[in-house]
Amino acid sequence: MNAPKPTKAYFYGTCLVDLFFPDAGMAGIQLLQRAGVEVVFPEGQTCCGQPAYNCGFFEEARAVARTQIALFPEDLPVILPSGSCAGMMKHHYPDLFRGQPEEAAALAFSARVYELTQFLVDVLEVRLEDLGQPVKVTWHSSCHALRDLGLKGQPQALIGQLAHVELAPLARERECCGFGGTFSVRHPEISGAMSCDKAADALATGAEVVLSTDGGCLLNVKGVLEAQAAPMRVQHIAEFLWERTHAR
Amino acid sequence: MHGETDMNEGGPSGRFAPSASPLVHPHVVTERSPATTSDLSFRASAAKALGDVQLRANFRRAMDGLMAKRAAQFPDPGDLQELRDLGTAVRARSLLRLPELLEQLEASCSRNGIQVHWAETCDQANALILGLLQAKGATRLVKGKSMVSEEMHLNAFLESHGIESLESDLGEYIIQLDHETPSHIIMPAIHKNKGQIARQFSQKIKDAKYTEDVDELTALARKVLRQKFLEADAGLSGVNFAVAETGTLCLVENEGNGRMSTHVPPLHIAVMGLEKVVARLEDVAPLYALLTRSATGQPVSTYFNLISGPRAEGEKDGPREVHLVILDNGRSRIYGDPQLQATLRCIRCGACMNHCPVYTRVGGHAYEAVYPGPIGKILTPQMEGVGLRHDLIHGSSLCGACSEVCPVEIPIPDILVRLRREATHADAGSKVAGKGTGRTAAEDLAWRAWAAVLKRPGLYRFSVWFATRFRRFIPGGLPLLKAWTMSRTKPLPAPRSLQERLRSEGLPRV
Repeated sequence: MNAPKPTKAYFYGTCLVDLFFPDAGMAGIQLLQRAGVEVVFPEGQTCCGQPAYNCGFFEEARAVARTQIALFPEDLPVILPSGSCAGMMKHHYPDLFRGQPEEAAALAFSARVYELTQFLVDVLEVRLEDLGQPVKVTWHSSCHALRDLGLKGQPQALIGQLAHVELAPLARERECCGFGGTFSVRHPEISGAMSCDKAADALATGAEVVLSTDGGCLLNVKGVLEAQAAPMRVQHIAEFLWERTHAR
Repeated sequence: MHGETDMNEGGPSGRFAPSASPLVHPHVVTERSPATTSDLSFRASAAKALGDVQLRANFRRAMDGLMAKRAAQFPDPGDLQELRDLGTAVRARSLLRLPELLEQLEASCSRNGIQVHWAETCDQANALILGLLQAKGATRLVKGKSMVSEEMHLNAFLESHGIESLESDLGEYIIQLDHETPSHIIMPAIHKNKGQIARQFSQKIKDAKYTEDVDELTALARKVLRQKFLEADAGLSGVNFAVAETGTLCLVENEGNGRMSTHVPPLHIAVMGLEKVVARLEDVAPLYALLTRSATGQPVSTYFNLISGPRAEGEKDGPREVHLVILDNGRSRIYGDPQLQATLRCIRCGACMNHCPVYTRVGGHAYEAVYPGPIGKILTPQMEGVGLRHDLIHGSSLCGACSEVCPVEIPIPDILVRLRREATHADAGSKVAGKGTGRTAAEDLAWRAWAAVLKRPGLYRFSVWFATRFRRFIPGGLPLLKAWTMSRTKPLPAPRSLQERLRSEGLPRV
């Protein structure tokens, strides 16, 4: 007998979705609502703290993370439209708060964190009905979704439910797109070379759109594709799924 | 890149062309070097490498091949994980007992007739080896492959004392002919393709005809090396695993040159980093299985030497004397930190570099370090100082491809984050070399400002409002944006943020 499905959950927007991909945030909320989940979006959200953490500025990361944990007091799942931020909150908060007064609270919080597609597939077991026109897409796994968070094909499973969507895999699907947060500006030459290769890989699939769970990767690949005036869009998986499955 | 600057200046003077001038390597650090970060720039050398189309093609092709070969050796993820768990446990357990195991190793080796020497620094290790060679009047040394000897810059040191130090591993031989350093810890000449080696051999090996046939090229080197093995006064090798209980030195190789170097000359000197010890012979089996599969995608290597002492009374071959030099060079300092200790689990398979998207694009020389790639990125700064190597520590997207394939599960991205911390903070209790020396007022201020905004939702909201309203007017000349736009368009914020929309429209209702 399966555990009863949750009927209420928090949504954490993430700073990149907030600023660059608000439609993806809206779509994520709607996908959850349609699956019968009451979504709570607490005020006061900023950033998970990952940029400072990854650069070793732990006090600064903690100062921000502390304010964010406090926004989610109830014992409800916390859903993020990002594998990277979810990985930070789920797997790095325990390190960040080790030995700190908030350690217990941070651990309890981390245990409730899910990436959106992970929650849709593993917990809500959603079934999607494709209402869109035939389209060919390709999929970029964000490294943090794949390796920090340990996503195991949930996004591809959701895409696979869409009858009119052809998924053309990248030749190097598991390779980093070159974003890496501050890496992209501290080592712009290496990052740029990786990003251009990723864009070329995506273009070679002949897909119309490249999908991902992560705003950072999307922003990066979008920037390269635009700089090359390449005929390809990027889209957040949440926005893509919602667009194709809701009756207008 | 040191391979192309200082090393090339000593012109070839003969077939084996040891560098004419003594070579002082810029990165040999025994005392804290006064060099600054401006002397070493991963960013600059990587940018140069990225412009070399041939180099990038060579690495990409080679790394693709190695990744495929490794994957073919581990068809079952469950079996692989089981083996990794075992390998990790063996290495972690060996490190837990390291001081005790090293003492036991010394006793066991002594019992077997292997003379053990300890060196805290590379200078000490070099002097020790020179002393051993001079005591025998040795002037010709043949070497099996050893990364620790690279760490010591042993060849240059011995040559400056009039001793020929010839690399006999084919890859090492190829790069020694060109006075280069290894660009990969397992395949030192991987940056060169067949055509480049063919040209090099035809120019530098006496009476060699130009050929691109790999077997013929190998035969050319073999002919030269065979004679050198017979003439050598001494042989030097590395050690893959040293077994404390039995006093056995394990050497993994494919060409037989390791066996020739360690068995033909009358004197054999082995060098190893002090972390290489394991407790029992049984511990070697899983590590060996992981090493060959992870490194070159081979189920076994062509040769696996178990060296347990000099030629015994009545035996017909083997060296008369065997010495083991155990080098610290910063390892005990790394050992003293519970998190960083995982660095010492490494069995030097090179899988991390084979799978690294950065290494694949820039190659090994760009790292300006003995150990390139992900393992080098965590090892080099700990040996040489985190401030000195600050830009190397940041030369990673933290993608985790390295730790995913590491046979002993070294959490390289986590250690990189820790070293970024160490580079910018002089935390009390930290033993990390050069801690806090990479701190800059500008970065400090940037992160303080970042936190000041993001821990105050009101300020964050204002910043986002500002960015969305003036989204088309963000000046492209801002330093970070300038770096970003080298390959990309300016990122364009949405006209209204998610939070602004939720505040004005409320949550959607499905």
